Amino acid sequence: MADRLFAWSMSTCAFLVVLSLLWVLGDVVTEGLPHISWTFLFSAPENAGRAGGIAPILVSTFWILLIALVVALPIGLSVAVWLSEFAPVNSRFANNTGIVLDILAGVPSIVYGLFGNAFFSIYLGMGFSLLSGGLTLACMILPIFVRTCESGLRAVNNDWRRGALSLGMTKSAAIWHIILPGARPALVAGLILGLGRATAETAALLYTSGYVDRMPGSLLDSGRALSVHIYDLSMNVTGGDTAAYASALVLVILIMTLSILAQGMVDRWFKRRLVVS
Amino acid sequence: MNKRSQATYTDKTVPYTLGEIEQGAPCCIPEPVLRIQDLSVGYGNKTVLSRVSLDIHKGCITALIGPSGCGKTSFLSTLNRLTDHHEDARVSGHILFDGVDLLHDRVDTLKLRRRIGMIFQKPNPFPLSIWRNLDLPLKEHGVRERKVRQHKIEKALRDVGLWEEVSDRLDTSALSLSGGQQQRLCIARALVLEPEILLMDEPCSALDPLSSGVVEELIMRLSGRYTVVIVTHNLAQARRVANYAGFFWMTERVGTLVEFGQCQHLFETPTHELTAAYISGVRG
Ligand SMILES: Nc1ncnc2c1ncn2[C@@H]1O[C@H](COP(=O)(O)OP(=O)(O)OP(=O)(O)O)[C@@H](O)[C@H]1O
Ligand SMILES: [Mg+2]
Repeated sequence: MADRLFAWSMSTCAFLVVLSLLWVLGDVVTEGLPHISWTFLFSAPENAGRAGGIAPILVSTFWILLIALVVALPIGLSVAVWLSEFAPVNSRFANNTGIVLDILAGVPSIVYGLFGNAFFSIYLGMGFSLLSGGLTLACMILPIFVRTCESGLRAVNNDWRRGALSLGMTKSAAIWHIILPGARPALVAGLILGLGRATAETAALLYTSGYVDRMPGSLLDSGRALSVHIYDLSMNVTGGDTAAYASALVLVILIMTLSILAQGMVDRWFKRRLVVS
Repeated sequence: MNKRSQATYTDKTVPYTLGEIEQGAPCCIPEPVLRIQDLSVGYGNKTVLSRVSLDIHKGCITALIGPSGCGKTSFLSTLNRLTDHHEDARVSGHILFDGVDLLHDRVDTLKLRRRIGMIFQKPNPFPLSIWRNLDLPLKEHGVRERKVRQHKIEKALRDVGLWEEVSDRLDTSALSLSGGQQQRLCIARALVLEPEILLMDEPCSALDPLSSGVVEELIMRLSGRYTVVIVTHNLAQARRVANYAGFFWMTERVGTLVEFGQCQHLFETPTHELTAAYISGVRG
């Protein structure tokens, strides 16, 4: 009896969660879908975004994300590999790095925005630019990416490490050929988590890449990311609601596509390493 | 060890040919390949193995027995310098291999481990295809030509009796094999590098009796061609396969080698009463 009550309340909770998600999604789809068209995707915003489309915004979003990924991926993976494979067990430095990463992962994104503004925009003189925004996002997603990858690497079967070493393989060969592929699910999870956070980020970008909605001419131009656009339309532009909904729908689709793409790309890359000789 | 012999050791490239390995010297002429002298192992400030001295003879199977925790695995790991990867491991003493102390800092451990392979208790095939499990170590040791690798891989798989079983699915994951097949694959993976010595740490204890029997038979076939050092808790198995046997025991929480000698002597006429008690107590 108690079991059934328990199971019942659990499944009700699960049902409520799914329901609320569907509600939000349904809301975005019903309000946004009618407004989406090729012109919306491929033309510039007019009248502060009430009319026109989001082409320059998509381009800016793309560049910001690309910069964030290109910077965060190699650095994050290196740090994760160092922490799990090379750092001495009781190294104070490694432990402190871990603690600092955990703290950084919990810092609100607006703080990253202020930091990015002070450091990239002002101190390094990048101004309000895609570069500054992308680098700020890279800083923001690094901690969670590192921690996810690191725990995935640590969970890799230790027997494989000993096996590889006892075959006279170098540690780096073992990591490259066996440990990294072995940690694939965690690496994918870290990537998707980081990508999702970066794509959805608003606060950190307000202070760094700015909200100019023109088509960016270079990485040093200011550009408006999709999430900033949605924020602006819904908070500052009266009558911008339909455009905001449509943009939100595009954002949701973008995040889902990116996740699937990331998963697929990582999988394919590792599959090749796993089977083919 | 003097400097000169160090240099000759590290510079030496191993002159293998497949034909040479086939024959191998029989075990009856005792010729030590590894001379272990005064070997002690500790972790942190805790000594787990104290002052072990023994000779491992060429082409013979040497079995090491003893209760849990007396340092058998630690002993094996020093022989291929796997202890290097335990940060707090301390190893002292000498292990002469080819006239050179392999514990010396300047020994190239990668080459050493190619000559002294190791098999673990739990089969640990890599999460790669069967083929790539053997291909990867060869590539890492610079065997460039695909033809040569192919030849060596097929030979190693035949040696462990896996070729017939898996030749039609070399591209499938090694993890899809049964436990016994996995362990034989691991042995093939060590053999593909054509080592001189194989260290085996309880290679059968994670297997069912049938697979265990197959692996045991394989180990016996390896003798003569390879020098085998095997740790086992199965006394009957030690008795069946080994030419030499060593008995480890813990005295005051530190492992020591109590008795070492010809397998038959150790089991039938042990000189030490601890050995006698252990052999009769844990009936094999
Ligand atoms: N990496 C390590 N760090 C610290 N102590 C260790 C380490 N590895 C082994 N030990 C300790 O060393 C002692 C000997 O361990 P070892 O694994 O060599 O014994 P064993 O004879 O192989 O035992 P078993 O028969 O159970 O495999 C044990 O007390 C163990 O706790
Ligand atoms: Mg052991």
